[in-house]
Amino acid sequence: MNTLASALALFALGGVLALLTHRSKRWATRFGVGGAVLGSLLGLWLSLPAAINNGVDQLSIQWSLPYGSFSLALDALSAFFLLPIFLLSALGALYGVGYQEHSKRRLGVFWFFYNGLVLSMVLAVTASNAVLFLMAWETMALSSFFLLTFELGDKEDHPAVREAGIVYLIATQLGTACLLLLFLLLGHTSPSLDFDALTASGAAAPAGVLFLLALLGFGTKAGFVPLHVWLPEAHPVAPSHVSALMSGAMIKTGIYALLRIMGVLGQPSAWWGWTLLGIGLASALMGVVFALAQRDLKRLLAYSSVENIGIIGLGLGLGVLGQVHGIATLATLGYAGALLHVLNHSLFKGLLFLSAGAVKHATGSLHLDALGGLMRRMPLTGSLFLFGAVAISGLPPLNGFISEFLLMLAALDGSAADGALLHAIAAIVLAGLGLIGGLALAAFTKAFGIVFLGEARTPQAAQAKECHPLMLASIFTLAAACVGMALFSWALLPGLAPLLDGLTNTSSQEALGEAASSLRIIAGFGAALLLLVGLFALLRRRLLRDREERIVGTWGCGYLAPSARMQYRSSSYADPLTRLFTGLLRKQEHRPAPTGVVPEPQRYERHSSDPARSLIFAPLHRLLLGLAIWLRPFQSGRVQLYVLYIAMTLLALLAFAFWS
Amino acid sequence: MQALALVHLAVALLAAPLLLSVINKTKAFFGGRQGPPWLQPYRELTKLLHKGVARSRSTSWVFVAGPIVSVAATALALCLVPLGVVPALVAFPGDFVLLAYLLGLARFFTVSAALDTGSAFEGMGASREVQLSALAEPGLLLAFVVLAVATQALSLTGLFARLGTDGGPALVLVFVALLVIFLSENSRIPVDDPNTHLELTMIHEVMILDHSGPDLALIHYAAALKMWLLGTLLIGVPLSPWVSDGFASLLLGVLAMFALAVLVGVIESSTARLRLTRLPQWLLAAFVLTAVALFVVMG
Repeated sequence: MNTLASALALFALGGVLALLTHRSKRWATRFGVGGAVLGSLLGLWLSLPAAINNGVDQLSIQWSLPYGSFSLALDALSAFFLLPIFLLSALGALYGVGYQEHSKRRLGVFWFFYNGLVLSMVLAVTASNAVLFLMAWETMALSSFFLLTFELGDKEDHPAVREAGIVYLIATQLGTACLLLLFLLLGHTSPSLDFDALTASGAAAPAGVLFLLALLGFGTKAGFVPLHVWLPEAHPVAPSHVSALMSGAMIKTGIYALLRIMGVLGQPSAWWGWTLLGIGLASALMGVVFALAQRDLKRLLAYSSVENIGIIGLGLGLGVLGQVHGIATLATLGYAGALLHVLNHSLFKGLLFLSAGAVKHATGSLHLDALGGLMRRMPLTGSLFLFGAVAISGLPPLNGFISEFLLMLAALDGSAADGALLHAIAAIVLAGLGLIGGLALAAFTKAFGIVFLGEARTPQAAQAKECHPLMLASIFTLAAACVGMALFSWALLPGLAPLLDGLTNTSSQEALGEAASSLRIIAGFGAALLLLVGLFALLRRRLLRDREERIVGTWGCGYLAPSARMQYRSSSYADPLTRLFTGLLRKQEHRPAPTGVVPEPQRYERHSSDPARSLIFAPLHRLLLGLAIWLRPFQSGRVQLYVLYIAMTLLALLAFAFWS
Repeated sequence: MQALALVHLAVALLAAPLLLSVINKTKAFFGGRQGPPWLQPYRELTKLLHKGVARSRSTSWVFVAGPIVSVAATALALCLVPLGVVPALVAFPGDFVLLAYLLGLARFFTVSAALDTGSAFEGMGASREVQLSALAEPGLLLAFVVLAVATQALSLTGLFARLGTDGGPALVLVFVALLVIFLSENSRIPVDDPNTHLELTMIHEVMILDHSGPDLALIHYAAALKMWLLGTLLIGVPLSPWVSDGFASLLLGVLAMFALAVLVGVIESSTARLRLTRLPQWLLAAFVLTAVALFVVMG
């Protein structure tokens, strides 16, 4: 536990020193990055063994806050979620060195908030007291808010950054409001707000209500549909290593907290499982459809985070249903798939966001239709992005397939037990994941193909250069981790047994052993695939050794002067599929009819908008705004009035105390 | 039995291009022609393997990797399919998921290679390919779920070994759905026409316009393997309930594969292509059929 405390101290020290030295860019970066990297390495060294062990490591410090105690606990669940946090913090910090090399802003402030975000994420995941947890949770929200608006005022996207910041702040505060209510109800009769002391039976509301509150509050952070509105706004405007950290690690704290509270609430009901399964499927499907329709690379990645959070939610749903129906394999493999997907998603989404940042760094744009042909200009970034794209589409031989396979196996294993309900689960999960996988393939061949393949669509893209070696090194580490996870997941999976035992309250050894033997064969297939590809490549080279390899123009079916503008664009590529989801995407077309004998030049526009934002959040915001305007007379800004309010409150409280 | 699996793999690797001959001969018969010689696909493969390569200057290494990955993935997927009751070389719970996703990997690289040329035509083909495959995927996986529920087995080998004659109507539905998916995934009429000469209307063929020489040979070979692969899944449904002997299953299975090729030829000779905008409905029909089959199996 002292290791964790030292890691936390390193983050704090790094952040504060960076702030103090903000006049010198070099020193601020050194302190900020140094603190984040050293602290994370220390943390990884601590949390790797803790994630596969059974024990609970505790630390308590005297703290004089009512109901609060500064107590941290590190069990397998916390340690598991610490892994992506530490990994992405370290890599993001290293990446930042290259990414912000030429930034003219005060990097000391940036690194202060960066370290603050890491620190608060670690605290949120290890806190064992509700008050401490909420404070960490809010610090996390605020520091990430300052990070994502860090480039405010930069160039033309100023209004977009401001709006993204506000949307994020409002969404996250609404989530926290649910959490306050949750903990108030939960701690109603309990003497302290330590997680160990809280139980569902002592709460002032039925467990189902508490579950819904937790789902709303934590689901906002995680990005479940329809609470995901902030993700597609926030990720595109944030600096790329911040997007990677937020999407790879921060949204996972929502999943962590949901699991933690479900542990507090005790035995779940069947409808919790169905709710999670339904929300998971809806999030995954809607996320991937919207990802497919995007024209901005980081917006596409943000929607794909919604998709992957959905897949994780689906896994949690399977786990809960397995628990309720007493099917150990379904419960174990459902949770195991969800947890592995948490880790896998942080690896490949971190990779993709960091490479998207490299693209932005090199070309100044993330607009898909302004890019193209980058594979020949930036072969390393392009190849690494390809790894991420294959992994996130859930394709073998990479790690995305492993977790999706586990989820399908869970559903299939469940269906081996008799019961129409379980057959239905298997059908829903396999058909659903199949469709989602197919759409993800479409979305990521689009992202990869339009950005990196073909011909450059703008001069900027044609002049792109490979990025800073530290940026490449961070991206490469994540790609290597993706391959490693895929090839060695069979060895890692049984290590999750203590964690899963705690989640499911049954022995998970047997189910994990069976799944691991399947994963071992899959890893064998992965290795065989790599080998076979190498073999065919050699064979091809040998065949062509003495032959001519002519370099010609692309065959244009007889047309001799093709230009880069004639290539398929992002929206034309996605059109056959997005056309099928016109209703969901709320597509609007503006196509004025040509008039007159000689028509003027015409404009054609097409927009799609997120129904969660326009149908749910926009009316809610209007309602809140109306209330705020109504309350405004009370906020006059005069000190005398505020003193009066305080005095009146005191009087009222005294009267209340006197009467009762 | 494992020896039979190896024999099946060898037969598949060798005889897969012959399926195309059978289809072409059938179509020639309906057209009143003699058709190309039986060994024509092999001759074409050898011809291509002996040629040099012309490569677009727009392309990168992804263009070269496309055919290689797709043939490697398809060949590996072939190790996972049983032929009737002849077991697959490798079987484990959930292996059909790996099978479907290996085909997905092949598709990812084929599509990327097409986009790498920067050609509008190939972009169009790629875009249609990902649309159709995304819609075919749920039907394919659901068909496996139906068979898994019907037999209480979780690997393809176990699933086909336990398939009984009592499955009746559900199996018929699954067979029809798999046939629809088979035609779609192999780019045959009524989804795609391999003989068309109009780039605007092609799907699979248009994606490979720029490939030449050994690369093109690999693509054609991978396509033949894929047809064999999906064909075995299709004929396994009617074959395995009736034949319980491994050797007989191998023999009858190979015959059935060629019968399937004749069926494809008959379909191609007697039907027209569907309009592109109708294709999603066609694949949705396959999905609905499997869903109905699931209800039948669940009773």
